[in-house]
This record gives sequence, structure tokens and C-alpha cells, in this order.
Amino acid sequence: MSVLVYIESEEGKFKKAAYEVASYAKEVAGMMGTSVTAVTFNAEDISELGKYGVDKVLKVGNDKLKNFNAEAYADALKQAAEKEGAKVVVLSQSANSKYLAPLLAVQLQAGYASNVVALPESTEPFTVKRTAFTNKAFSFTKIDTDVKIVGVAKNAFGLKEVQADAAAEDFNPELSAEDFSVNVESVDKATNKVTIADAEVVVSGGRGLKGPENWGMIEEMADILGAATACSKPVSDMGWRPHSEHVGQTGKPVASNLYIAVGISGAIQHLAGINAAKTKVVINNDPEAPFFKAADYGVVGDAFEVVPKLNEKLKEFKEKNA
Amino acid sequence: MKILVCISHVPDTTSKINFTDGDTKFDTNGVQFVINPNDEFGLTRAMWFKEKQGASVDVVNVGGAETEPTLRKALAIGADSAIRVNTEAKDGFQVAKELAKVVKDGGYDLVIAGRESIDYNGGMVPGMLAGLIDANFINNCISLEIEGENAKAIREIDGGKETLTASLPLVIGGQKGLVEESDLRIPNMRGIMQARKKPLNVVEPSESGTKTEAVKFEKPAPKGAVKLIDPDNLDELIDLLHNEAKAI
Repeated sequence: MSVLVYIESEEGKFKKAAYEVASYAKEVAGMMGTSVTAVTFNAEDISELGKYGVDKVLKVGNDKLKNFNAEAYADALKQAAEKEGAKVVVLSQSANSKYLAPLLAVQLQAGYASNVVALPESTEPFTVKRTAFTNKAFSFTKIDTDVKIVGVAKNAFGLKEVQADAAAEDFNPELSAEDFSVNVESVDKATNKVTIADAEVVVSGGRGLKGPENWGMIEEMADILGAATACSKPVSDMGWRPHSEHVGQTGKPVASNLYIAVGISGAIQHLAGINAAKTKVVINNDPEAPFFKAADYGVVGDAFEVVPKLNEKLKEFKEKNA
Repeated sequence: MKILVCISHVPDTTSKINFTDGDTKFDTNGVQFVINPNDEFGLTRAMWFKEKQGASVDVVNVGGAETEPTLRKALAIGADSAIRVNTEAKDGFQVAKELAKVVKDGGYDLVIAGRESIDYNGGMVPGMLAGLIDANFINNCISLEIEGENAKAIREIDGGKETLTASLPLVIGGQKGLVEESDLRIPNMRGIMQARKKPLNVVEPSESGTKTEAVKFEKPAPKGAVKLIDPDNLDELIDLLHNEAKAI
């Protein structure tokens, strides 16, 4: 018996979300009196994982798994779970984890709870708190199966450092041709940009910016803060910004630490998508904009005056606190 | 090509979310229900396959009789026929299992579902369905072309996109991008009249059982009022973000 955790990596490196799910798995293992086994794919240096509570690492090294492949990764994780006799499998809620989790659930005949925001209320019965109704409510969900899969929402749990060493073990799951029946033809990914999924800070612009030519100050703020840029739905619908920047109910979800909305009125569909952000700031010239009801901090003012001034001050702050 | 589009019957985005029976049930009182937005993008893409490639398009929902107006709306948009599996949808696995039976019985080549429903946000039914019927699966799908037995799809990934190929049978977890917002169709009077005559078949469930149970709901604690900062005193904002929110 153990708690199994799927550790994502990119080019062999772990992201913060990986340490977050490891931290979560460690706490769950503590509640159940067992240990944590991590599964990594084509990652060389696994020494950091011990710091977040991983006791043992099953290292899968396989050139065929260089690109993420949901079916093949799910198959490998299933075999790892069986080998370890895992009762709980923990994973993140990245696009890839959300892709493979239901496949893994079928293979392990496991119940799966997604968007989990806290440690289990209890492990017998196994009940977790998850978001529902697009962040307008929480659902306490009981998982009744022998093996349980828990998808931990980004930034919901945080990191917990412990001092430990993770023991590494090579693991070679048997993969079949059927595992590769969906082929990756090409991957198109900006390598030097902070993604909305990974970002700690997201700076977002709306129709109040009047046109795509005015995005310079949004990009500048994002640069200063190491943030990702995003936009409201009308902005992407009008083609001012790419669709990949659209955040909201039908766009990308935001669960960053800080969300700064400039010239976004705060339609309910927009707020539904960004509600999981921890701190929300709105800058808008209309004091009646619904966003002010959802935000923690607000500035009523003309974005074209406020943002450049704020950028200067943020720059000074960053220089002082570098 | 036989296409099945899975339709989730969900409260309209603007609905007030409340619970009854000691916070164990969603309160449907006064709530307007719609086709789940992610499913509607898929349905509209299916219409394209029908019109350009001669596909047949059926829609399905797992739910009680109250979901029929939502299925009728899908028929009014242009689906050929509808199936309702007559049971309350309780968890993702149960719904996927019921859908698997519909897919097998109907011999569908392509199943288009939404990446998640906007009510329970499970995000698991399409993947579980694919796993149960041994079909290929592509999630977060923002573009789909079918040529004979082969599909070419684009999937949104964190920070970019990925082009994938797979053969049918295939299950899609779809979202905006399959078609654009401006491509969505509002049923016209003719569509609505025709929809009344189209078949809506009610099938009995296979009683497949659940693996999870939502035992209780809770609403987030009411948010405190926004702190307004004078645009001439932005130092205060930076101070609050740094010292109070610890966000920068």
C-alpha cells in the first residue's frame, strides 16, 4: 500500500505543480500511515522530490514517451499503481493530467475526484472537498472505490518542505501498440513565455483598452511581474489577442496567486473562470463595473493613466526587492 | 459517419447557485437550463460534418424527463434524433457507463462531448467513455477534421497546442475552438417546429452504479468588500499587494 503521485516534467525538469502534488500526497500518506511513491517520465535528476515528501521514485525512461501520450502514460501509471498496491493516486489538474485521469480511472476501476482544493476530510470514508458550479460552490465528494484518484487544483494546497531522500528505482512498464494509437504530429508551444497555467501572476486586459495597439502597457506590466498575459472573451472574439489568451468559463481557467484585470467589466462568465485566483485586482474607470464586487482591490480610474504609473511603481518596487 | 453528441443539461451561467435538503441537492427552483456550452461547440461542429460530409448526428443525455427541452433545443439546432437515458445522473462513471451502452448499441464512429460540464465540472465523462468502449480519445479539442476513418485534431495544451492524428472510433472532449462563438446557431422557427416531430427515444438505464457520491455542498464564504485605492496613491496598492495579500 502507498500513495502514488504522478510527477509531471518538461524537458526532464519538474514544475511547481509537481512539488505541490507531492506535498499533498505526503500529507495523505501521513493520514493513512503509509509512504509516497512518485512516478516520473524521462526525468534524470529526481533529488528535489525528496524535499517534498516523496519516499520512492519509479523512474520511467522511454524514448517513446518523450511526448506526452495520455493512453500510454495512463497505462504506465496503472502498472505502477498495481506494483505498489497504491490505494490513492494523486495528480495535478494540468491539461495533461486532466486528459489521462479518466483513462486511468477506468483502468484502475477507481473513483476520481477532480478540482480538489483541500486534504481529505476523512480517509474512511474517503471524502474530499472540490469546487463545483464553476467555482460558485464546493462539493464534498465521497470516493467509494478501493483505489481513489485525486486531482489537486493548482495553488489550492501549496508546498510543504520536509527533509528526506527519495530512493530511485528504474521502472519499465510494458506498453502495447494500442497505447500509441493517438499520434502527436507536432507541438506548437511558446518556449520563452510564461503560460497562464503555470503563472503566479496573470495580467489581463479587456475591451476598456480600446484596441490591440494599446497592449504594450499590459505586456510591460507582465514583464515586470514575470506574469502571463490574458484577455477577456470579447477581446479574443474581436481578434485583438489570440484565443489562447482568453480566460473565463469557455476559455482557460485561472488559478494564479494574483490576477490583475484592466478594463474588464467582469461579466459572470469571465468571473467564473478567474474566481480561483487568490488575489484579484481590478482597474476600471466605471465604478459600477461588476468586477469591483468580485475583486479584493480596486482602482477606479482611466487605465491609460493608471497602468503606466503603476508600472513605474512596480518597477521601483521590484528593483528594491530584487 | 455516425456521430453522437453528448449533451449535458446545465444551469445557465447567470443562475444563482443554491442547495436544498440540508445542502445535499442542487436547488433547481427558478433556474434556467441550457445546453452545456462546451457541448454546444461540439454540436455545432457536428452540424458541419452533417452538412458537408453527410454525417448523421444524434444527441444523448443521461437524465430525467426534465432534460427533454434541452434535447429538443439540440434537435432544433439540427440534430437528427435524440436519446435520453432515463435515470438521474449521479456521477461521472455512471454517466460514462450509460453512454458506453448507447454508443455500442448505436454503432457510432465519433462521439463528441464537452471537456467538462459547467455544473459539476468533473471533466471525466468523455475520457471514461473512451476507456470503456476502447475508442481513441482526444481531450481539450479545439479543431477537428475527419477524412474517412482518420481524424486530425488540435488539442490545447498548457502554453500552446498539439496536433494529433487518430483513427475512428474516437471520443472528443471538445471546447470553444471546435467552432467559434459566432458560429453557434440560434434555433429558428422552422428548426423548432421540425424538432417537435423528430424522434426523442427514451431508453432505460443499465443501472451501472456509481463510484463517487457528492454528499454535501457548500457555498464559498461571502467575500469582503473591495478595498478601493485612490489612483493618485498607487503606492498603497503596492503596499497592500506586498504586505497584506503577499501576492508580489
